[in-house]
Amino acid sequence: MLTMIGKRLMSAIPSLIGVVVVTFLLTRALPGDPATYFAGPSATKEAIDQIRKKLGFDKPLVEQFVRYIGDLAHGDLGTSLTTGQPVATEIRNRLPASAELTLLGLAISISIALPLGVLAATRPGSWIDHLCRVTTTAGVSLPVFFTGLLLVYVFYFRLGWSPAPLGRLDVFYSAPPTVTGFHLIDTLIARDFEAFRSALSQLVLPAGSLAIFSLAPIARMTRASMLAVLASDFVRTARASGLAPSTVIVTYAFRNAMLPVITTLSMVFSFLLGANVLVEKVFAWPGIGSYAVEALIASDFAPVQGFVLTMAVMYVLLNLLIDILYGVIDPRVRLEG
Amino acid sequence: MKRRDFLKSVSGLAAGTMLPAPGIISSAKADARSESLLVVSEGGPNNLDIHGVGTNVPGYEVSWNCYDRLISHEMKSGPGGVPYYDRDKFKGELAEDMNVGDMSVTFKLKKKAKFHDGTPVTAKDVKWSLDRAVSVGGFPTFQMSAGSLTKPEQFVVVDDHTVRVDFLKKDRLTIPDLAVIVPCVVNSGLVKKNASEKDPWGLEYTKQQTAGSGAYKMTKWTPGTEVIMERNDEWVGGPLPKIKRVIWRMVPQAGNRRAMLERGDADISYELPLRDFQEMKANGKLDVVSLPYTNGIQYIGMNVNKPPFDNPKVRQAMAYAMPYQKIMDAVLFGLGNPMFGASAAKATEVAWPQPHKFNTDMAKAKALLAEAGYANGFETTLSFDLNFAQVNEPLCILVQESLAQLGIKATINKVPGANWRTELTKKELPLFTNVFSGWLDYPEYFFYWCYHGNNSIFNTMSYKSAAMDKFIDGARTAAATGDKAAYDADVKGFVDLAFAEVPRIPLYQPFVNVAMQKNVSGYQYWFHRRLDYRALVKA
Repeated sequence: MLTMIGKRLMSAIPSLIGVVVVTFLLTRALPGDPATYFAGPSATKEAIDQIRKKLGFDKPLVEQFVRYIGDLAHGDLGTSLTTGQPVATEIRNRLPASAELTLLGLAISISIALPLGVLAATRPGSWIDHLCRVTTTAGVSLPVFFTGLLLVYVFYFRLGWSPAPLGRLDVFYSAPPTVTGFHLIDTLIARDFEAFRSALSQLVLPAGSLAIFSLAPIARMTRASMLAVLASDFVRTARASGLAPSTVIVTYAFRNAMLPVITTLSMVFSFLLGANVLVEKVFAWPGIGSYAVEALIASDFAPVQGFVLTMAVMYVLLNLLIDILYGVIDPRVRLEG
Repeated sequence: MKRRDFLKSVSGLAAGTMLPAPGIISSAKADARSESLLVVSEGGPNNLDIHGVGTNVPGYEVSWNCYDRLISHEMKSGPGGVPYYDRDKFKGELAEDMNVGDMSVTFKLKKKAKFHDGTPVTAKDVKWSLDRAVSVGGFPTFQMSAGSLTKPEQFVVVDDHTVRVDFLKKDRLTIPDLAVIVPCVVNSGLVKKNASEKDPWGLEYTKQQTAGSGAYKMTKWTPGTEVIMERNDEWVGGPLPKIKRVIWRMVPQAGNRRAMLERGDADISYELPLRDFQEMKANGKLDVVSLPYTNGIQYIGMNVNKPPFDNPKVRQAMAYAMPYQKIMDAVLFGLGNPMFGASAAKATEVAWPQPHKFNTDMAKAKALLAEAGYANGFETTLSFDLNFAQVNEPLCILVQESLAQLGIKATINKVPGANWRTELTKKELPLFTNVFSGWLDYPEYFFYWCYHGNNSIFNTMSYKSAAMDKFIDGARTAAATGDKAAYDADVKGFVDLAFAEVPRIPLYQPFVNVAMQKNVSGYQYWFHRRLDYRALVKA
């Protein structure tokens, strides 16, 4: 197991190097000039040159790259010009916000999609199968920012059930001391139940919009994979042997149907992490997606490079985790590995 | 289970977790709400110090409220009775007395003035701060130079509580330039302690902290999310502000900002689409203030060095072809001052901005084009800054449509905000729309930047004319020496010339719009167009 993890991590190194080089070159190839942008609305040519010099953009590209690599080796991702903070700190502060939102969205999505998919597969053509089809089609065809805006309009503006879409906590609560960076967990550790409630109610709508969007792939994949497994020989054998239907479905069929579902889950998760930019914008969520997009608009290199690198590392780790999960679910994968 | 029952139970569950907020708020928090002002806006500061590298406009708002200057402006009654800063009247902020001499001005500091950390404000701090502003480079140094403040030697410590600013030359803009945001007074002792050899002015420190003596001090700043500022109860710059705490949250979605205003969750906001402002004005639930930008104009610019716009006849034809009124109605929803269509008999005023005499007249435009040899039109590109697409895009489409009637095929070129300034500095765009607005409200200031042959970045048309330069330089000299007759003649001269040669076509004077709850009062308009919390009151 450990050798496998080691091997996988080693093989990720070339791709990470590639990511570093490509993002560096791409950000430099962007047409904008950060010096002119940050010199402000009324800068003279000299002022712009002064700023360019201060930012080190007057040096040749190779020198900039060497300096960037040197900083990277020390764990320094540079400083964002738009927010004025070190990129590493910003990502460390913002990643938990995105992760909490995405994980909760995914959890809601799984808890609805899996049962829905399984039920739809066991009773194809029934009302629940149609329900599955309708919800997934509707969910995937509504763009996620639209669902977000609609939810805000209905639950905040019209009904007033939900708090103002103002990020992770109500304005008048202070954030709990950081332990995990997840407000739901940190507020519980701090035994601040009012803040927990506030954090949860802030999370419901954005996580809900993400869940609606990600329902479709999970439910459809569960249904398809379950249908295939239910039609296979060993299920027929199990049924013929007189096992209870619940045992057949949960123990035998479901476990075997899980492999493609896990693959889909990993894809959905990484997709959500990147795609929740829009949800973050709608709900003023201080996550990394909106951070990266804002930086890109301002041609602010450091955060874009930091963001891409973080995402690359996360994808590598995620894929590793999924591979390990495969082994847990299906022993055959372990032997081949 | 029926589908409907299922849906019902799901929405019931969701509702259970979303109990209305007021029910769970303890009384301490309710008090906090009534003493705090919740500001929501699209963007937040990237630096709390206006002397910093690349500080953005929201950063100016923090600087304005957290730092003091030697002097500030008095208020007068502006359009619609809204308090409007008075260009010509100054009052002391840190200075209790200002004595203008022939070639210098002397300030006596308020003896009780203290920085947020309790150290007294001395003449040494003032000198250090002004030295810093003229030395750090970039925007602050540029802004100081606009008032002929360029050398540290100009700032002299007379004694602990007296500072003298020497003039390099006579310039009417020197005193007003000491009342803009840039020459703020920084706690030199505190900042020097946190400076390093690489960063002698301590810019890294003040980027994150406010080290001033202003009415508010920053207590928490989460970049891109929120800024919290608490009142400084020891402030001596003016009457103690009514608002104890300002919570400024960034809400990128304009629709959500409006929803929060209408539901009463946010107290004050700006940067909304003009249509929203117009609707909010109409439904009357909120107070909406709309005031013209000082010394600001949105215009269509033309590159006068390249054909076809090197021909004044073509430029005049363009000025007749602009769909002025349509822009006022469909793009601005009336939230702007027209800068066109003055009656032919009207005499030129000694003022800026003032409307020109062009009107939409396609027949005249056609005739002028034919005279210039472009009877069949030509092809060009019309560029705009995507950062202000809300106004720029519909505006450019209307212009495009109008030009098409003359056979002019204008392709629209949307330039991303990050590139816009780069494109402008290159001075190659043939046709574009842009806004210029000067902090200092003087005609010759506007013309110096926008029409003078020294070709600053704002002379986006690369317009050069010896006659124009003579008028502008003449007006500056006349203003400095107080020669009113010469000044009036020169101002009228450059305005007339600008309208005759039309290197740029003024369209309208934009409005700054602010929406606030009915219980919020005291809004003041400042040249920088950001909020001044010190005057705001929440009932």
